[in-house]
Amino acid sequence: MVSTKDLLTILRCMAAAIEKNKEWLTDLDRPIGDSDHGINMARGFGEVEKKLSGLEGKDGGTILKTVGMTLVSTVGGSAGPLYGSAFMKAGMALADKTEISMADFLDALDQAVDAVRQRGKAQAGEKTMLDAMIPALQAMKEARGQKEAPEEILKKGVEASWAGAEATNGLIATKGRASYVGERGIGHQDPGATSFSILLETICHCKIGKL
Amino acid sequence: MTGIVIVSHCQKLAEGIVELARAVAPGAALAAAGGLEDGSLGTSYDKIKKAADEVCGDDGALFLMDMGSSVMTAEMVLEELKGQGKSIEMADCPLVEGAVVAAIGSGAGETMEQIKKSVEKAWEMRKL
Repeated sequence: MVSTKDLLTILRCMAAAIEKNKEWLTDLDRPIGDSDHGINMARGFGEVEKKLSGLEGKDGGTILKTVGMTLVSTVGGSAGPLYGSAFMKAGMALADKTEISMADFLDALDQAVDAVRQRGKAQAGEKTMLDAMIPALQAMKEARGQKEAPEEILKKGVEASWAGAEATNGLIATKGRASYVGERGIGHQDPGATSFSILLETICHCKIGKL
Repeated sequence: MTGIVIVSHCQKLAEGIVELARAVAPGAALAAAGGLEDGSLGTSYDKIKKAADEVCGDDGALFLMDMGSSVMTAEMVLEELKGQGKSIEMADCPLVEGAVVAAIGSGAGETMEQIKKSVEKAWEMRKL
């Protein structure tokens, strides 16, 4: 089990990880987008960080809903409504919870994937963050089904997420700004799939292995 | 009067489209929601919401968007305002042509449904 205090620590680590990878994410967005993914994500998570101290003692649902709403109003690009909806819907799965189990976490991620699918009207294989999210969730559900340890479940999720992100190199985008670039986008990794992998890896490194 | 909100990544583009549409329909209820708070490129939830509040009266407001995150962010504002009981819709149309058609409809006192139907026909307007 992970406490809401741990959840706030994870969110702080996420903000730091995004800030650290800001340039890389923006560089990935240059050839196939509008060169702002890293800047936008860092602005959004920077604002999230400012709100975290005020969220101490709140339940998981309230925390994630606040994170989502903050991202929606401050990111300024597609990542705003996408990650915003993802966190808000994940928050619904954690409503009133002060302790989060692995089952809760996977439930929340399931909701997040659903939110991105709906908001972006996208599916797997369209060179979006879903190409990292869907295989990551799948791998973690399978690992959990085989009763693996929490650390192992998260590790498998992170591996599947990065493999999915790397595989976006070979895909042609049909959603978002990258769809205007078409097949010229082949050989470029999707920035959204990359930022999702960074966030999931952060959860893993933050020792949420206690889940 | 039906309000029309022009949502774009670019402040100048949104304001320019409003200027152009206002020239053909001076009485229309138009508002621009372009770019971020500091004027840089992007879509701002707060700016879209503010523009909607400006022009959305009893007859509602119609959102016209450029692409990508404009559509998704406008959709989120729409969900919030609908939750407050306001009448808001999004129209799928080429932005410049749609804005001119929408402004004429708004100025002529048409309902939101009538305007939505005519702006979505803007895809069929050939230039050559």
